[in-house]
Amino acid sequence: MLNYIWAGMIIIGFIISLFTGRIEHTVNALLDSAQDGVRLVISLLGIMCFWCGIMEIANASGMVEKLTKFIKPVSRILFKNVPENHPALSSIFMNISANILGLGNASTPLGLKAMEDLQKINKDKNTASDDMCMFVLLNTASLQIIPTSIIAIRAAAGSSNPTDIIVYIWLGSVTACLFSIILCKVLSKKRK
Amino acid sequence: MKYISTMVLPIAVVGIIIYGLRQREKVFDVFLNGAKQGIEVSIRIIPSIIGIMVAIGVFKASGALDIFTKILNPVTSSLGIPSEVTSLALMRPISGSASLGIVSQTVNEYGPDSKIGKIASAIMGCTETTFYTVAIYFGSVGIKNIRYVLPIALLADLLAVIVVCNIIR
Repeated sequence: MLNYIWAGMIIIGFIISLFTGRIEHTVNALLDSAQDGVRLVISLLGIMCFWCGIMEIANASGMVEKLTKFIKPVSRILFKNVPENHPALSSIFMNISANILGLGNASTPLGLKAMEDLQKINKDKNTASDDMCMFVLLNTASLQIIPTSIIAIRAAAGSSNPTDIIVYIWLGSVTACLFSIILCKVLSKKRK
Repeated sequence: MKYISTMVLPIAVVGIIIYGLRQREKVFDVFLNGAKQGIEVSIRIIPSIIGIMVAIGVFKASGALDIFTKILNPVTSSLGIPSEVTSLALMRPISGSASLGIVSQTVNEYGPDSKIGKIASAIMGCTETTFYTVAIYFGSVGIKNIRYVLPIALLADLLAVIVVCNIIR
């Protein structure tokens, strides 16, 4: 999908620029934007590296496991169909814990393992089970304690208080998360 | 609210380092390992950031973006979404690097502490790259029928955007 969007933006952009008489402006934008891209990444490099370093400490010291133990009791509400103590539950909550701690690199392999475990107890191999739906929806909700890349962008842009939007971000993602959980539960009941 | 937000980072950093020391880790060595990964990841995303920012730059400079947001205006304004962040709200579930590029531009254009700058930042942080997440997780186990996952996920994204747009002053 991104292929079409990307191609479309460039093609349509240039065609429209002919109509709006901004062709030169648009060509300049192309050249400037390419530079802006590099500048953006370089400006984020410092903070991202620092944060990755801190996160590695968290990861190596077993914080993911600790957080997993903490949130696992919730599994009885969210994942009714998974038998207690099934390995899927561990993978699921390790993945979610890693997401919450902002460990993107660690969470994806854990998430893939969780999907494998859920597929093993999936009755219809071509259709997503209720638990799989819940799991994926929890992943798309972006629950994070510290939204690092945003803070990095704000700091690079000279914000006087880069972290002040954290609570707003929490409110947004928690709302989305609760919404997904409720709808998911409602729709899976309907199927039965 | 501001106080909580400000305290999160110091508490997290100090907390993690102390926890690591208690687990008898060589904290700085581990830090260096992680930081090295950070560099690799950042360098790896440069091509996609460049590609996306050029596409956005062209689309914006030509006036095509203005036309596009004008068309969507009746819907977005009734939801409380400012037109300046419409393109971000639409791109966010589709591509993480595109969103990064758009946010960076928006934040630099309007100022990171302006209302628009804050809203753009919040939109970026409160949702995920939905299509990518759904595709990778279901694709990995070969599931074709994903039932209600995509509509719920996208509605949830929209809800998060609406919440954020309406609570930030």
